[in-house]
Amino acid sequence: MSFSARDIWHEFSHSKIGMTGIVILGTLFLMSIIAFVTIPVDNFKTWNDPASWLLYPKSAQPAWINYFQSEKIPEHLILQPQSSSQQLDSVYVLTDSFVVNYQYDGFPSDFIYKYTSRYSGSPLLQISVTRPDGIELQLISTSLPFSNSETTYTSMIFSTQNVIVKNLSNDKTGYLFSFDTLSSEKIVFSKLTENKILKGNYVFRIHLYDISGKPVLVKSNLILGGKVYGMMGTDELRRDLSIGLLWGTPLALFIGITVSIGSVILGLLYGVYAGFKGKVTDEALMRFNDIIYAMPALPLLIILAVTIGNSIFLMVGFLVIFGWVGIAKVSRSMAMQIKTLQYVEASKLMGQKDYKIIFKHILPQLLPYAFASIAISVPAAITTEAGLSFLGLGDPTFPTWGQILHDASSYSAAARGMWWWILPPGILIAVTGLAFVFMGQAMDVIINPRLRR
Amino acid sequence: MGFKKFLAKRAITMFGVLMATLLVTIALVGANMDSISKQSVSLEIRQQVTNNKSLLASFKTTEQLDSYVENQIQQRIKSLGLDQPWYSPQRIGLSMYKILTLDFGHAKFLTSDSGSSDVKDIILEKLPRTILLFTTATAIVSVLGIFLGAVAASKVNSKIDKITSGFAIISSSFPVWWIGVLMIFVFAFLYPIFPARATPEISVTDPGYWGSLLYHMALPLITLVLIGFGSWAYLVRNFLVGILQEDFIMAKRAAGIDEKRILYSHALKNAAPPIVTILALSLSGSLGGAIITEAVFDWPGMGRLYFEAISVLDLPVIIGATYVLTAFFLASVFVADVLYGYFDPRVRRE
Repeated sequence: MSFSARDIWHEFSHSKIGMTGIVILGTLFLMSIIAFVTIPVDNFKTWNDPASWLLYPKSAQPAWINYFQSEKIPEHLILQPQSSSQQLDSVYVLTDSFVVNYQYDGFPSDFIYKYTSRYSGSPLLQISVTRPDGIELQLISTSLPFSNSETTYTSMIFSTQNVIVKNLSNDKTGYLFSFDTLSSEKIVFSKLTENKILKGNYVFRIHLYDISGKPVLVKSNLILGGKVYGMMGTDELRRDLSIGLLWGTPLALFIGITVSIGSVILGLLYGVYAGFKGKVTDEALMRFNDIIYAMPALPLLIILAVTIGNSIFLMVGFLVIFGWVGIAKVSRSMAMQIKTLQYVEASKLMGQKDYKIIFKHILPQLLPYAFASIAISVPAAITTEAGLSFLGLGDPTFPTWGQILHDASSYSAAARGMWWWILPPGILIAVTGLAFVFMGQAMDVIINPRLRR
Repeated sequence: MGFKKFLAKRAITMFGVLMATLLVTIALVGANMDSISKQSVSLEIRQQVTNNKSLLASFKTTEQLDSYVENQIQQRIKSLGLDQPWYSPQRIGLSMYKILTLDFGHAKFLTSDSGSSDVKDIILEKLPRTILLFTTATAIVSVLGIFLGAVAASKVNSKIDKITSGFAIISSSFPVWWIGVLMIFVFAFLYPIFPARATPEISVTDPGYWGSLLYHMALPLITLVLIGFGSWAYLVRNFLVGILQEDFIMAKRAAGIDEKRILYSHALKNAAPPIVTILALSLSGSLGGAIITEAVFDWPGMGRLYFEAISVLDLPVIIGATYVLTAFFLASVFVADVLYGYFDPRVRRE
């Protein structure tokens, strides 16, 4: 019944499903690392803050669905600028240009320019666009509020502002149709002959003129509104689902692994102690074990979450309370077997202390079993947490997969056909569970040779 | 140890578990319960006083009125025993006794379909529906699973064996409720075959009610079966594979008994104890899991009742439902124990 770590690894690396599990787990860890590196912690804390998602589209499908469609749905684009600055006599000119190759079969729903500028005096902001056919249109020209000292100013310019359409109609550029009732994005992106989309390269230029000092655009984004966005799309609250899903990965792994390690350690120590001590201690400990074992876990978990609290750490604790029981039962019976082995009895006769016998002679024998149980009990922890979150009892500060599904069901995503909101979280939950099930199975075969036949 | 002693010991443990669960539940909701009942007492008294015009007229100043009301409230609280904290032995004893005799009191917000706010009525109305859905599902799943498991076990490492095992592992990794959401998405909205909400719209008294209920039951039933039968088949297969390697089966084979007969009558009979145990346990387990599944399908059973009670914090209903769920759970664990002991005499003689 004894294995060295090397033997186990040797057998494990030859097991196909075991390696599949490892590969999936590796991918999930990679996703967690990507989440930590690319998305600042502050960013995911704003998950539930609607104000931080204003630039994003509402209920947008993932962008890649355009590959499967003949008619390309306009993508929601958040453009980054190329900056340049120059000085003409005493006037400082700062230019941010946004280049976009617009190849979609529909007009953008709107465009928004959002900026934060640091300046003193009263700079002039001008927006113009150069179309694929070479025509340059002046969109707006406005001055920022005057300030004596250096100040920072944040504002947005919307395509719906009347002044833009007015400027466009002043610009007798040769459109062959009337502008009445059209909004500005339908003019800017239209062919001259008829009101249809003109595909090609558009360059939006933002000029900031100032005489009193060099103005700086701290933040500058041009948003072209569309109906598809990013890898995973967005939800009803404009949140980018790829961020939520990515952050859900380390959270699910954290919950699953902490709960299973906690339960296994607790169950192992409890079971081994009961089995080793025997007699009255064993009887009492096992009756208590029976009581916890027979308690209905989910109803009690719900009551605990409602009455005590639903922080993610408390949740881990609650799950451990119901997780250790089965492991304690098995490790007790294993400890009872090992206890009767001669070397254990010998060390007992030599006057070894109890805890030394347990830690030196019994626990190491149970390690393979412990690792297999850790792997096997992870999926249950993850799905239980997801289930609680799905009922709306999860920690609201963290975007777990269950939480995303809870939001999906409370905005009745299924009824509205928003498959991109429902499918990915569930698949991720299942795939994460599978990784551990595979590894557990592979280890189970190694430590229980009877299953091999 | 005799079978009777074994049974008695199990029964005592089960009763202990029931009490412990109740105690934990009361301990968790007790503090909230106290403040809620105190509030309702003071509300009641204030209403009585304001409705009683002649009494109201006899007070000259508002202070007098206030002190009178305060006095009345204190008296009522004392007479109800609310002056002692919920953890005082008397109060716990009283509440435990009441719950044991199925006196759960009245719900604060929820009512049964017929309008009664007695928790017992509400539970009695919801319980049959949960049992209907989940017992049907478990029955279908177990029959399918045993059959498929037997087929897989008879042809170890064949294609059908591998497909069964693979399906079992994959299907058990998906949360049932997520598959439920998907099923609603596909079969209620994409292809509107089944209704999305499992609650029938017609009233209980209508003769077509049960037919409608069965139609509404289809989607949750299909989901439960789809998710359940794979792991059943896998378990049965594993038991059978173990048994088929025993010596007595070899002996039967050597005696020339038909392979099918060995499988279905001899091997399956020996696999019966664990299978029966799992049957009983999965029945009770499904009652607990019903909370999320019923919330997804809007099935008007115990699970949804429990969820609704939690979301409005209707404490009498929570306590009553926890008690009933626990009692059912323990009853099936007990039945499983008894059956196991009956089928496998070694357990009794341990």
